[in-house]
Amino acid sequence: MRTSTTGRVGQYAALLAYLVFLAFPFLWLLSVAFKSPRELGSLHPTWIPRDPTLDNFRQAFDEQPLLRAAGNSLLAALGAALIAVLIATPLAYVMARRRSLLARAATGWVVVSQAFPLVLVIIPLFLVLKNLRLIDSLFGLVLLYVVWALPFALWMLVGYVRAVPEELEQAAAVDGAGRLRTLVSVTAPLLAPGIVATALFAFITAWNEFFFALVLLKTPEKQTLPVVLTHFIGAEGVADLGPLAAAAFLATLPSLVVFALIQRRITSGMLAGAVKS
Amino acid sequence: MTSLTATKRSTRGAPRAERGRGAVDRGAWFLVLPALIPILVLSVGPLLYGILLAFTDAQSGRTRSTQWIGGLNFQDLLHDTLFWESFRIGLVWAVGVTVPQFLLALGLALLLDEDLRLRWLARALAIVPWAMPEVVVGVMWRLVYNPDAGVLNETLRDLGLGDGRDWLAGLSTALPAVIVVGVWAGMPQTTVALLAGLQNTPRELHEAAAMDGAGAWRRFRTVTWPALRPVALAITALNFIWNFNSFALVYVLTSGGPGGRTRLPMLFAYEEAFRYGQFGYAAAMGCVMVAVISVLLAVFLAGRLKGGDEA
Repeated sequence: MRTSTTGRVGQYAALLAYLVFLAFPFLWLLSVAFKSPRELGSLHPTWIPRDPTLDNFRQAFDEQPLLRAAGNSLLAALGAALIAVLIATPLAYVMARRRSLLARAATGWVVVSQAFPLVLVIIPLFLVLKNLRLIDSLFGLVLLYVVWALPFALWMLVGYVRAVPEELEQAAAVDGAGRLRTLVSVTAPLLAPGIVATALFAFITAWNEFFFALVLLKTPEKQTLPVVLTHFIGAEGVADLGPLAAAAFLATLPSLVVFALIQRRITSGMLAGAVKS
Repeated sequence: MTSLTATKRSTRGAPRAERGRGAVDRGAWFLVLPALIPILVLSVGPLLYGILLAFTDAQSGRTRSTQWIGGLNFQDLLHDTLFWESFRIGLVWAVGVTVPQFLLALGLALLLDEDLRLRWLARALAIVPWAMPEVVVGVMWRLVYNPDAGVLNETLRDLGLGDGRDWLAGLSTALPAVIVVGVWAGMPQTTVALLAGLQNTPRELHEAAAMDGAGAWRRFRTVTWPALRPVALAITALNFIWNFNSFALVYVLTSGGPGGRTRLPMLFAYEEAFRYGQFGYAAAMGCVMVAVISVLLAVFLAGRLKGGDEA
């Protein structure tokens, strides 16, 4: 489409403003993470560290059990992603292929579940898990993450199932393949990329989650990365800025990498789920 | 509950109609149960239990058994000025984040839909806030807002705009400061949703409108917006709910301070439940939050859907 020169200039100016707004907090985080304590203490902070150092990272690992926390996060996120996808895929299939009451109820739940403040769910869950002795356990957390990741996982998966032409399945049925056979040999392979994307999204969701982990995990040894991160901020809000920034940066890396890998699929998944067939 | 009866009905009545469509028939329950059980046990069940708890005096760590106290919690809430203050703050926050978030995201989406050179960079950058754990977003902005070592005050000093202040600790600046963070954190997701909506609008329509001599604004109003409306409405409604119910970001930024100026309803309920152990009272807060959100949303959607094509 033709746009006038002034129009173009305006567009680029706007784009530049957006870039600055999006980028500068993250660049600042990086800058602080690599600054020496002396430089952090100076009254006029610079953008680029004068003598970049890894001391903050070392100190961060010394101050808090970051590795163990990352291990806990990894375990919780992997468990949640695997279970969520395993149980969501069949339901998503039914939701996509059938207009039954059940499919409609499930769709309704996906939408409604977005509206509830977590506190209304976490109090009873806290009581129930306490009776089951699953408070302060990663397994209990995984269970919560599964249910928490389900709505969006279903949303994405329904979109992916709809993208698989039903005629393919019918053709297989005509050729004499049973329902299960059709599902496994025709539908599943076509769904695989979508399932992987959904699993990775569930992984990120769990990796980043904070509220459930904060409420459930009391022993420091069991806490996940986001909870441990807040320990860098003292009770009075005073923080050791360098190690805080270093740890925060490390905590982001995994989800950033995973997200970069699947960003396109998430986008198309969001859209596919949103567009009714 | 409804889902359970639904299972029965659909598995009983469906087979004949579904046969030969390649769809699942009698065996549907087998595909559905693995997800249905966790949903019922860990989501629907707790929700109902939570609503029940709101009518009790449940507390943590108490030996005496829990009593049914009817609407007493709600009566107390009615007179709890701190709660209503936090409710007001929650609404200001939710509107204050959702509206700029939408406008900025719409602008960015329209830019990214154009053929601009730095588009790829903006798309790449938009991933960062989206993928970041909320806790990290909070931490990061604390570094930006830091009164001494923060980049914001330093920039202001360089520009000769005063000596800087402690944004997150100031009674009047704290809420605006956290709102900016909320906008930053949620903008990418909104942008991507809107961009997806934009790319679904037929190109030919744009070109036809341009040929007819329609200016940019007219093209937006007559072609882009009608096509974008359903997506825009859905994402705005969702953003509003998510923002109103948000917790981690503000918890890390200010913990609700200074003097409760950023104490969102979720932070209030969290403290009530897990610091003071008032489970019943906190559950009642949750109920009020749901009720008010539902009403607001119903009004919003009813108002917007009228006279237009539906989502």
